Amino acid sequence: MERYEERFLIAAGIVLLLFLGALAYSAFAMHIVLPSAHGMIHYSADRPLRLVLRKTPPFDNPGVREVSPGRYEVVIVAYAWQFVPDEIEVPAGAEVTFMGTSADVIHGFFIPGTRINTMLIPGEVSEFTYRFAKPGKYLLLCHEYCGQLHHTMHADVVVK
Amino acid sequence: MTPIVSDASGFSLPDDQRKVIRWNIYFGFAVLAVGVLFGLGQALNYAGVNIFQYYPGVRTYYEGLTIHGVLNALVLTSVFGNGFMALTTARGLGRPLNGFLLRSSFWTLVIGTVMAACAIVAGKATVLYTFYAPLQAHWTFYLGLTLVVVSTWLTSAALLVALRGWRREHPGERIPLLAFMSIATYVMWDVASVGLAIEVVVLLLPWSLGLVAGSDPMLSRTLFWFTGHPIVYYWLLPVYVSWYGMIPKQAGGALFSDTLTRVAFVMFILLVPVGFHHQFTDPGVGTGLKFAIAFLTFAIFFPSLMTAFGVMYALEIAGRWNGGKGLVGWFLRIRWSDPSVCAQVLAMCAFLLGGISGLMNASYNMNLVVHNTTFIVGHFHLTLATTVALSYMGIAYWMVPYLAQKRLWSARLAVAQAVSYFAGVMIFAHGLMTGGLEGMPRRTALSIGNYSLPSWHIPGVIGAVGGTIMMASVALFFVILVATILSREEVKIADIPFTETVQAPSQDGWQARLDWFHYWVYASIVIIAIMYGPFVMHHLPPMLSARPFTNY
Repeated sequence: MERYEERFLIAAGIVLLLFLGALAYSAFAMHIVLPSAHGMIHYSADRPLRLVLRKTPPFDNPGVREVSPGRYEVVIVAYAWQFVPDEIEVPAGAEVTFMGTSADVIHGFFIPGTRINTMLIPGEVSEFTYRFAKPGKYLLLCHEYCGQLHHTMHADVVVK
Repeated sequence: MTPIVSDASGFSLPDDQRKVIRWNIYFGFAVLAVGVLFGLGQALNYAGVNIFQYYPGVRTYYEGLTIHGVLNALVLTSVFGNGFMALTTARGLGRPLNGFLLRSSFWTLVIGTVMAACAIVAGKATVLYTFYAPLQAHWTFYLGLTLVVVSTWLTSAALLVALRGWRREHPGERIPLLAFMSIATYVMWDVASVGLAIEVVVLLLPWSLGLVAGSDPMLSRTLFWFTGHPIVYYWLLPVYVSWYGMIPKQAGGALFSDTLTRVAFVMFILLVPVGFHHQFTDPGVGTGLKFAIAFLTFAIFFPSLMTAFGVMYALEIAGRWNGGKGLVGWFLRIRWSDPSVCAQVLAMCAFLLGGISGLMNASYNMNLVVHNTTFIVGHFHLTLATTVALSYMGIAYWMVPYLAQKRLWSARLAVAQAVSYFAGVMIFAHGLMTGGLEGMPRRTALSIGNYSLPSWHIPGVIGAVGGTIMMASVALFFVILVATILSREEVKIADIPFTETVQAPSQDGWQARLDWFHYWVYASIVIIAIMYGPFVMHHLPPMLSARPFTNY
């Protein structure tokens, strides 16, 4: 019986290591990356975040910009309970970098059907790069509870 | 064969202590009754039906969701753990506990729960059970939750005092396995609960009282998840105590290995600091740290796979002793007609799926597909709401008769209750998980929202159907429970069920060191320092800058 015990545990360990290997491959060889630290915005109780954001590039000027041919930058500020801007248009196949942050509470930033999924935390900058392969209308929604009208907070992403 | 308790011939707790434990369990189930009422509203929400407007005393969907989470996930689990682990420790060591500590623990929890509940019902704490700053609740909410945690520490103190007394009388002996498992659960929780305690006492409570101007959203949510992951061990381990220590006996068999069981519990003490895997999509946490945490999280599956082996082998021993033959024939012979066995074996089946979906959530970049979708809700209704809660019900089917000295009212209905709950949760989880993979967000009042995707409709309806079956099944559980308690038929139930192990605990060598909890706590602190030290040092002193937000 102890022999079975030993074999089971070795097999379990091997399976877990194989899974981890697959994860490492997807992360480092296929470059499917998670959000990470992209800088902080300093504010304080006397200098509220809303006002600081108005003077902090790029969040002083939210919107869609073509930074070079085929490369777009989308700057988004989340408020309770709307995204600014709430209509975003980008071409299919272009490399789109979303830069987002929150002006008040913690919000979510999620586009179903893509791997764009990040939190927007006051004082932290979230960044995500993605290529929309197919044209169509996508839903950008806040998927973290952010108060009374959380269920109305969304934006449209149109890929042409 | 070695019994897993100190005095196998018989030991009974003093009446006043048995009474405190009974009230812990009754209060826990009363809390569950309130909590699940709100669960029904959430299940229907996914099908686009808003019944929250009809709930008495509750204004919004999110207020109901806060009650559901706080009562079921935080209060029920604490009070059940307090009562059940006090009972198993006392029985394991064969000695009474400190009555003052037990009573203080119970009343602290009751006062804390009432404070938090009042704040929520008054509409001053609609912050869900994660209460992320800058959402700010009334100070009574934070103080109430603090008292709930303090009550678990008081129980922990009672267990450790009893262990010290037992060791003085039994120098050089191995701790009886039943007591070892129970005390290990609370030792793990003592380490794990520190993050939440610091978050609430240092950051949130002074902020809600207006003593400091702002909060630090990033640091406070990190401290929350420091405890927020291992809190699931705290929910699960009392159930493991039952699965390892009681179910083998109840099913008609015995547990095989003493050592393997202890190693599994020690691993949970070591693997506390993995909370960052709840923050895989957070900006402000580096990908290197996230990958290291994914690695450590996978290590936790090891003790759970050990449990799968150890408990399943115990069930096979039971099935074969009961006359089961062949490769799978033993599975049909494990006393399914005993509702306590039936409920808990079904809970184990749910844990297979719950464990696999947990592995998916923890899989680093795969988290991008499921984070904050209803997939997560499906996952933790398989784990917390079934593995744990259905096991609680199964445990109640012997423990309430034992504590009240009454006969269980209708074992047959109790079996039907366990089976229907299992069926309900399978349907519910299927709906929510498929919806989640289509991007259906969790924690969102979709029934009154202004957006939706067509692919969410069918999964939402399936979720609502499953949730309704779960609700009906829980109602049946309460009928059985109340009928048992109110029954006039008193019976004498002398002892609790406990198993024997085929392999005795070794008296020397490395196995004996498994009992030295302080070693494992030091080792755990070292791992915590490695995983959390750099991040926390970087965020000290906290930036008290975010203004409170109370628009909920």
